[in-house]
Amino acid sequence: MSKAPTNVDVTSKAESVTTKMRKVPSDKPFIFGLAFIFSLYLLLILGMLVADANYTSFADIAKTLENPNIQYSLKITMLSCFIATILSIIVAVPTGYLLARFRFPGKAALDALLDIPIILPPLVIGLSLLILFHKFAIFGTSIEEWCVIIFTNIYSFFTGKAPDFSVGVTYKVPAIILAQFSVSCAFAVRTMRNTFDQMSPRQEQVAMTLGCNRSQAFWLIAVPGAWRGILTAAALAWARALGEFGPILIFAGTTRGRTEVLSTSVFLEISIGNLEGAVAVSMIMVAIALAVLFLVRLIDGRKGGLYDIN
Amino acid sequence: MISIKDCTIQAGNFKITDINMQIPTGSYGILMGKTGSGKTTILEALCGLRKVSAGTISINGQDITKKRPAERNIGFLPQDIALFEHMSVYEHIAFGMRIQKWDKKVIDDRVHELAEQLQIKHLLERKPAGLSGGEKQRTAMGRALAVRPQVLCLDEPLSTLDDDTHEDVINLIKAVTQENEVTTLHITHRKSEASLLGDHFFELCEGRIIQHQEAFV
Repeated sequence: MSKAPTNVDVTSKAESVTTKMRKVPSDKPFIFGLAFIFSLYLLLILGMLVADANYTSFADIAKTLENPNIQYSLKITMLSCFIATILSIIVAVPTGYLLARFRFPGKAALDALLDIPIILPPLVIGLSLLILFHKFAIFGTSIEEWCVIIFTNIYSFFTGKAPDFSVGVTYKVPAIILAQFSVSCAFAVRTMRNTFDQMSPRQEQVAMTLGCNRSQAFWLIAVPGAWRGILTAAALAWARALGEFGPILIFAGTTRGRTEVLSTSVFLEISIGNLEGAVAVSMIMVAIALAVLFLVRLIDGRKGGLYDIN
Repeated sequence: MISIKDCTIQAGNFKITDINMQIPTGSYGILMGKTGSGKTTILEALCGLRKVSAGTISINGQDITKKRPAERNIGFLPQDIALFEHMSVYEHIAFGMRIQKWDKKVIDDRVHELAEQLQIKHLLERKPAGLSGGEKQRTAMGRALAVRPQVLCLDEPLSTLDDDTHEDVINLIKAVTQENEVTTLHITHRKSEASLLGDHFFELCEGRIIQHQEAFV
């Protein structure tokens, strides 16, 4: 029969455990290492911004903002980015949900296909859109011509007269939106797919046992539950649309006062040798982007992280 | 009566075959078994959340094997509770009734009746983020019972609760399931929980269901 341990046995065991404890190296070098790498990248970004800011002044920015072409460009930028973001979210939320929740044949191939706008060079996206709209015919008519026919008929139906302005997509404002949407939507889809992947399907399953069909479970449970992901996807799509240049250049052109957005304004200002103006427009873009992205972070409200660095 | 006859359920590479189980109407069935033995898979199949590749499941004589979850009238309380973060306690309890288009006055009365039974009347306006573990369990229980289901499925509903809350909730589950006259299938690991609540005891062992006369370990 074994003897019950006495207090003395327990103490000596505890002591032997204490003597075996090894000294663990400090975590500080690791944290400093992380902070150092982060700082290097941050320095590069801040360096570029400071260099730009030094090259221009508030007076230059104010003067640039008084330019009617830049005012038009700013207006079209805000409008096109907003519409491209809304369209991206309308496509990304159901697509992300489909990819995250369902299995179907060819899913891996389709999933890879969705990344094409992210991988392809921006100029190629623009060129592809141009070829699609002008060289790809449906019943002998190009998509561009179909768009003109459909819009003209809708306009005539509601107003009783033919449109007295130029109708079409290519080299017009709709081309800017489509070019921005083509790229920004891919980023939004990827974000929404990750969001739904990380959300447990249990809430939706419970909703289905309570009487919901899949559609109701999606709209009433999954979508409201994914609001942070939707916000992030919208911010990413908006930022991507704001910075889009290559596809717009090819598909919408850079006609002053017509198809000009802030990113192409920078290009136009450089092309006429007005570097100060180009930098001033860039600073306006930085200010708008920072304001919107900061607002999104505020609405999100998450601080993130687990540990305080003391 | 819950009746599961010769059921085969496949979940990825995992498969359970020849599942047979009967729980008389109004009784409280307890399903026990080792972790990973497939208890939750059986519960999901009963709720219609997992397909049954062979056999039949019926409730009160009606074959529900091919019915969708929404058509089965089964209340489900999953292990992770799965509350809807954007809804208040009131909205949780009212959710199923609103989906099934019950009359507004009836919904309001039923929410208050259940909140009274579950002792969460003071929490009706709160969101899940501000609730304790026990309060979340009660909310999920109210949500599952609100539409007056024929069957209630509880997947280890008390596993995350501390001992004091655990005992309170056991008493509450017993009272509420009796008041609502619902046939219950409850998964648990705890013998004490099983013996306090159960009328019929089942063990899932190596893919087979064994029925016992009393709670076991």
